[in-house]
Amino acid sequence: MAGSNPNAKPMNLTLNVWRQPNRHTQGKIVEYKVKDISPEMSFLEMLDVLNEDLLRAGQDPVAFDHDCREGICGSCDLFINGRSHGPEKGTTTCQLHMRKFSDGDTITIEPWRATAFPVNKDLSVDRSAFDRIIQAGGYISVNTGGVPDGNEIPVPKDLADRAFEAATCIACGACVAACKNASAMLFVSAKVSQLSLLPQGQPERKTRVENMVAQMDKEGFGACSNIGSCAAECPVGISLENIAILNREFLTAKATSNNLA
Amino acid sequence: MSWITKTLTSTIGRKIIMSVTGLFLCTFLVVHLVGNLQLFKHDHGAAFNIYSHFMGTNPIIRTIEWGLVLGFGFHIYEAFALTSRNKSARGAQGYVSNHAEQNSEWTSRNMGILGTIILIFLLIHLYNFFWRARFGSLDPDINNNDDLYSLVVSSFKQWWYVVLYVAAQISLGYHLWHGFRSGFQTLGLNHRKYTPIIKYAGYVFAVVVSAAFASMPLYFFLFTNEKGELAANAPTLIHAVASAF
Amino acid sequence: MLLDSKIPEGPLAEKWDKHKFNVKLVNPANKRKYDVIVVGTGLAGASAAASLAELGYNVKAFTFHDSPRRAHSIAAQGGINAAKNYQNDGDSVFRLFYDTIKGGDYRAREANVYRLAQVSVNIIDQCVAQGVPFAREYGGLLANRSFGGAQVSRTFYARGQTGQQLLIGAYSALSRQIAYGKVKMYTRTEMLDLVMIDGVARGIVTRNVVTGEIENHAAHAVVLATGGYGNVFYLSTNAKQSNVTAAWRAHKKGAFFANPCFTQIHPTCIPVSGDYQSKLTLMSESLRNDGRVWVPKTVEMAERLRKGEIRVQDIQEDDRDYFLERKYPAFGNLVPRDVASRNAKQMCDEGRGVGSTGLAVYLDFAEIIQRTSADAVSQKYGNLFAMYEKITGEDPYKMPMRIYPAVHYTMGGLWVDYNLQTTIPGLYATGESNFSDHGANRLGASALMQGLADGYFVIPYTIGDYLAQTPPKPVDTQHPAFAEAKAGVQARTEQLLSINGTRTPDDFHKALGHLMWEYCGMARNAEGLRHAKAEIQRLRKEFWSDVKIVGTGEELNPTLEKAGRVADFLELGELMVDDALARNESCGGHFREEYQTPEGEALRDDEHFAYVAAWEYRGENVPETLHKEDLQFENVKLTQRSYK
Repeated sequence: MAGSNPNAKPMNLTLNVWRQPNRHTQGKIVEYKVKDISPEMSFLEMLDVLNEDLLRAGQDPVAFDHDCREGICGSCDLFINGRSHGPEKGTTTCQLHMRKFSDGDTITIEPWRATAFPVNKDLSVDRSAFDRIIQAGGYISVNTGGVPDGNEIPVPKDLADRAFEAATCIACGACVAACKNASAMLFVSAKVSQLSLLPQGQPERKTRVENMVAQMDKEGFGACSNIGSCAAECPVGISLENIAILNREFLTAKATSNNLA
Repeated sequence: MSWITKTLTSTIGRKIIMSVTGLFLCTFLVVHLVGNLQLFKHDHGAAFNIYSHFMGTNPIIRTIEWGLVLGFGFHIYEAFALTSRNKSARGAQGYVSNHAEQNSEWTSRNMGILGTIILIFLLIHLYNFFWRARFGSLDPDINNNDDLYSLVVSSFKQWWYVVLYVAAQISLGYHLWHGFRSGFQTLGLNHRKYTPIIKYAGYVFAVVVSAAFASMPLYFFLFTNEKGELAANAPTLIHAVASAF
Repeated sequence: MLLDSKIPEGPLAEKWDKHKFNVKLVNPANKRKYDVIVVGTGLAGASAAASLAELGYNVKAFTFHDSPRRAHSIAAQGGINAAKNYQNDGDSVFRLFYDTIKGGDYRAREANVYRLAQVSVNIIDQCVAQGVPFAREYGGLLANRSFGGAQVSRTFYARGQTGQQLLIGAYSALSRQIAYGKVKMYTRTEMLDLVMIDGVARGIVTRNVVTGEIENHAAHAVVLATGGYGNVFYLSTNAKQSNVTAAWRAHKKGAFFANPCFTQIHPTCIPVSGDYQSKLTLMSESLRNDGRVWVPKTVEMAERLRKGEIRVQDIQEDDRDYFLERKYPAFGNLVPRDVASRNAKQMCDEGRGVGSTGLAVYLDFAEIIQRTSADAVSQKYGNLFAMYEKITGEDPYKMPMRIYPAVHYTMGGLWVDYNLQTTIPGLYATGESNFSDHGANRLGASALMQGLADGYFVIPYTIGDYLAQTPPKPVDTQHPAFAEAKAGVQARTEQLLSINGTRTPDDFHKALGHLMWEYCGMARNAEGLRHAKAEIQRLRKEFWSDVKIVGTGEELNPTLEKAGRVADFLELGELMVDDALARNESCGGHFREEYQTPEGEALRDDEHFAYVAAWEYRGENVPETLHKEDLQFENVKLTQRSYK
């Protein structure tokens, strides 16, 4: 039963899915067939169909992360046919629809690959490294209460807009997954840019970038080679410009901060 | 570790060394290229040999030469350090299917391979010209300078050397295609107005520098006699261009 | 049991200030001796955890997500209200209070709502200081828009991603406290029971969803910020994992559940396209500012359209029924959510729905595109149009959008007093998980406001009052109550795994959702509700004898998690039906077909139903007991809504 397009033909697909019981056990690709997939389905709904089939057959369903299914929570994280979030530009896995595939296609589905993102199970990975990077300084240190009136901190619209664009990062990790070096620079730079552009972010500007980069390195992410895969695969369009800003902030901070450690 | 070593061994610090040394090496390429253009003079290498004599003996140049050695050294060392870090960041289990060609340029992803080709070329090139000019014994030319020119011409008459040279220049071109703008990006020299200009300047730089270097062996291999004199049967266009020198 | 709402004495505008003065304070040196558990890290949870940690309490925060930043608050689009009156258009705390009470159809507590309006102004200040990139005017000051039919522009926004930006603000405050070691964060950890010692909340039992480990956590107080229960309908705009489990387990331990039948249906969602549909996507309400809602005038024409015999372009202007404009000339397409939703359903019930399922109406932008330009429309709604096209594959610049109502928010939740404390001492509920501020219907841009108000500005004061009266000696997980609760959780997990039936948890969830939507959705009647009650009971029985789960409890097992949540929804669903049956009136999101005006509008019965229905759990398969908290309206006059 198709929605908008009564003529849409159901598809039969072959799925090559990475199966791995847990972090400590080696995984492998397993082939599955799914039948009668509507082109109106989202990619995750297609996996729901697979999982219901597996479950009814008494087999273990494929574990994958997902939640809001509207492209904003950043939970979904599949590497589909060699691309972060699949073939469609500016789209999370949950917003990718099966009309982008054809009957008879073989689709390879893998988890994000990075030392800093160990596999929990199957396609689900542990992205807590991102949280630890934010904990290292991705905030403005204000306690609740005692803050000035909102309009006492004017922000030029241009800066506010640029800060907003950097702030739209959903921390899905597609950048790390797509990067040849498994670098987290796009993620880190988005937060550093946002806060260094805003007047509220100035007091901690130097320590923030120093601490966040140190944590990023500690987590084992790679360096940036300015390849641009990250920005090309980013579902929300975070710009490479942010990485230049991060580099500049880092260099300036290291050269001028009073931090001798 | 002090703050300096910590900074310079961080991922961004290493990249900053890469970009500073890379951009410095770009300036070297310009100097080297301008000097080498003397090869095209129709003076049986006199000007070229004066230039090479100057480069080999001038104390300022000899000092800068050490900078160059360091520049290459750090550029290469950091490239290995970063590559090894980046490989371990991906982890032992890579992707079964990866279509990076759909989201990025080949040259950007293969700077290491390109750099390695350039390094191999560089070693051969250094042995063939630099080593023999500095430490070997070359015949004197008419001005009593070491006649490096003749060595160049005879080298460029060997097909395998020309192939190697041209292949290396193509690699260099691709290396610069990415490296030039990347150097600015890494240093944070980014602006919505100027970055597009830098990007296109980098493309022009890459093409011009590599094409100009490659033109030298091709010129001697295809269009000159054993002494480096332009052959009469060379195309008119080559004659026209050569007469400008 | 008499419900004591603990509303402070005195004039409305002074209650909160007076109360803040009267609450007992915890000595600053003693704060570190108190542990507080916060479950959920959405706006309400993250803000509470961060603020409590800043005060010096030891906080343990829990989320079943892989990161606190993924809570469903992140998906809120429109904005957040605050009575700043920056626009000089006559807004005030009292006006925001009044609009919220009226919008809630007079089923919310005056004192709570007034406090919400009061602290709304602090929320904006707080978020700006955190670096939340709100929309700005060219002069650098904050921009506002009018939202959800409000007469004033009081909504602050960050494009269509306000919830995301506010949540990241709260998440960053939380992250800072995690870094300081004042918050111990437990991700991918699900609360499965509440632990009570001597009648007060003393901890929780959790399951690590990756390792399956079941653990006890002790504290002096527990805050639930676990969101709403809209997923009882299976299809809703809620995130897939949103569930009622934490709140429901607390309910079964003695926390009353208030107004469960108050659910909000949002009129502008992308319609269901097939049985496989896993969730619904909301399109911002702002689309109704410029889009015109219509269906074909005749059933016959609608049928031909559904079969693909004619195209939408073939339907002449005269054959289109702009039913909202026709029925409500004054408000037209901008009638409140519940009215717009019910009318859409009515059109589809008449057989005039569009799309292949017949469960959709058109939202047409042709006129505005013609009057201005496609570019101008794109400036305003570009991201929404792109999202629509991504999901449906249709270009709304050329074809009218198809929309249909979907469950969006639940006004009901755990009953709380003025201090946000449930009927269990030491157990608090904040944000969507409590029932407190929205009455029978929530206004647009008010959910974010309430979540942050509770977390930043209410709980930090009110929980101190409780803790100050609790001795600061450590709570020990060695107490038998913990072992008992843990054993209960383990037994339930084993029971679920041992059934090994034939139907998947999703199967049951879909069946339940269908019943809820049909009989306890946009419009309800006694007969349908009674039918649904019997069906839910039958379904629940079947669930416990026929559900199929594979794998073990000692691994990442999403099916097991799902089954546990569906089991709780199957119990909650029945309570919602009971509540809807007991409320013999129509108000806000609760529309009982028996109670409507001759024009088909909701007919409230203030004389008999101006109360909060708080339900008490009394045991498996025992009917719950209804307690009533009478609502006193001293500052507003109760009026009937009219949008004619």
